[in-house]
Amino acid sequence: MTTAPSQPAIAASGLCKSFGDQVVLDGIDLDVPEGTVFALLGPNGAGKTTTVQILSTLIGADGGEVRVAGHDVARDPDSVRAAIGVTGQFSAVDNLLTGEENLILMADLRHLGRREGRRRAAELLERFDLVEAAKTLAATYSGGMRRRLDLAMGLVGDPRIVFLDEPTTGLDPRSRRTMWQIIRDLVAGGVTIFLTTQYLEEADELADRIALLDHGRLVAEGTADELKRRIPGGHISLRFADADGLESAARILGEVSRDDEALTLQVPSDGGVKSLRALLDRLDDASIDVDGLSIHTPDLDDVFLTLTGQPDKEKEPAR
Amino acid sequence: MSTLTYAVRDSATMLRRQLRHMLRYPSMTLQLVGMPIVFLLLFVYVFGGTLGAGLGGPSGGRAEYLEYVTPGILLMTVATACTGTAISVAMDMTEGIIARFRTMAIARASVLTGHVVGSLIQTMLSIAVVIGVALLIGFRPTAGLVEWAAATGVLALISLALTWLSVALGMVTKSVESASNLPTPLVFLPFLGSGFVPTDSMPVGLRWFAEYQPFTPVIETVRGLLLGTPIGNSAVIAIAWCAGITVVGYLWAKKLYNRDPVR
Repeated sequence: MTTAPSQPAIAASGLCKSFGDQVVLDGIDLDVPEGTVFALLGPNGAGKTTTVQILSTLIGADGGEVRVAGHDVARDPDSVRAAIGVTGQFSAVDNLLTGEENLILMADLRHLGRREGRRRAAELLERFDLVEAAKTLAATYSGGMRRRLDLAMGLVGDPRIVFLDEPTTGLDPRSRRTMWQIIRDLVAGGVTIFLTTQYLEEADELADRIALLDHGRLVAEGTADELKRRIPGGHISLRFADADGLESAARILGEVSRDDEALTLQVPSDGGVKSLRALLDRLDDASIDVDGLSIHTPDLDDVFLTLTGQPDKEKEPAR
Repeated sequence: MSTLTYAVRDSATMLRRQLRHMLRYPSMTLQLVGMPIVFLLLFVYVFGGTLGAGLGGPSGGRAEYLEYVTPGILLMTVATACTGTAISVAMDMTEGIIARFRTMAIARASVLTGHVVGSLIQTMLSIAVVIGVALLIGFRPTAGLVEWAAATGVLALISLALTWLSVALGMVTKSVESASNLPTPLVFLPFLGSGFVPTDSMPVGLRWFAEYQPFTPVIETVRGLLLGTPIGNSAVIAIAWCAGITVVGYLWAKKLYNRDPVR
């Protein structure tokens, strides 16, 4: 391998892809340093899967330059393939083989040799908590087990770069946490992770850098904190017992949006404890009783509605 | 190791996967070998008396028709097995595992060669079973060891050709259902050739088709080898057809596999 330490694991510039008339990717630039976690965040149909498919050599790009592990994906796909592991959105396991056979199949295709292949399969079954299910057909696995097997299969060849396309979509919360821990362990081992997800929380938990993809374009990129700072969606919602309470609270709090029917006020806030305490102190000082309170932190909806400039503003000021 | 060594090794890995699939999903194999046996019994015991009389041979009747129809049934066995190949390829292509294979540094065609060699083994086993049944009910070929070997070779060649074609048919369709329908005409080709009745008993247009379609020379060659009937230039034509279909099927299948998967 010719990879110098400073070289990015994934570098793309001007990446374009269309399916017929439909433009799926419209000039994407990516730069993922080695050993980091990069999350591509976006709604369904944003182009996340297509991006992963191009970066992992499954399909060709229409335009742009893409290098993965230092190799050009179009000119030298086999060198790229030797360096990556892929776990797709739709599980890529062989249903008619057992978990163990699936892993040994991967080991054989990586030319590990019989003994080494078996050793590696046993090790991965252990690590991914699949020892008991090793001898049963993958068709009978639960969603979480399939996803773990899927990821394990991608790791048989000790890839330096791992692509995870929506690794936790459709998993229950417990399986999701397990998957997150697995990903953290991989990162600790020095693997570069390229992750796509619909969940801001997931990107927040795992990623060093996050890019937002919408309609085939990157609309924002940065760390989780940088992105959140750009989103004014966070607020505290206060509910009052009667119209008087609402009226007096609205007077001391000033510029807030109110809903007279629901007797609620929406106070912009970063959702932190300090600002919450300050708000409650002000209400206490004025002896106003609050009936109920909820904190709304920025979520993917806010991120998109804000950063893609889609019309959510229309209904807010009118109320 | 060289590229070729890897290609062979990867294909062997894929073949192992394919054979495991057949063991795990035996109903398909049974169905594929069952159909030609049903046709054999049907044609020999239901139609055989009458059709045999029409052959105009020395003994006439059922026993003679069994000799005549067995090579046609063997070709039907090959064609039926091809339906299975197309289905299993089509099913495989819908699975995510194929996408995974495409993102791995493995010999590109190994997925297909695994299917082809697996199907070939399956087809040859089916042929052996069908011949076994034919022998049981009174099929008495005159062939010696050399003729048997040659007949096996011809059947293997036509199986290889039609299997590559079926692999392409399995990929050209969008659904497993249509993949199971596309090779169906192959199953009927022995009827529109010399498989069930001599072609000179057919009306002109049909006879012309029957004499020039690929199954007829293959059937005539197998029949000649097993029963000592005249082969003429059938063997050469049969081998040419097999080679042609193999090349077309292989190139077509490879092209279909190499195009970007659409989802």
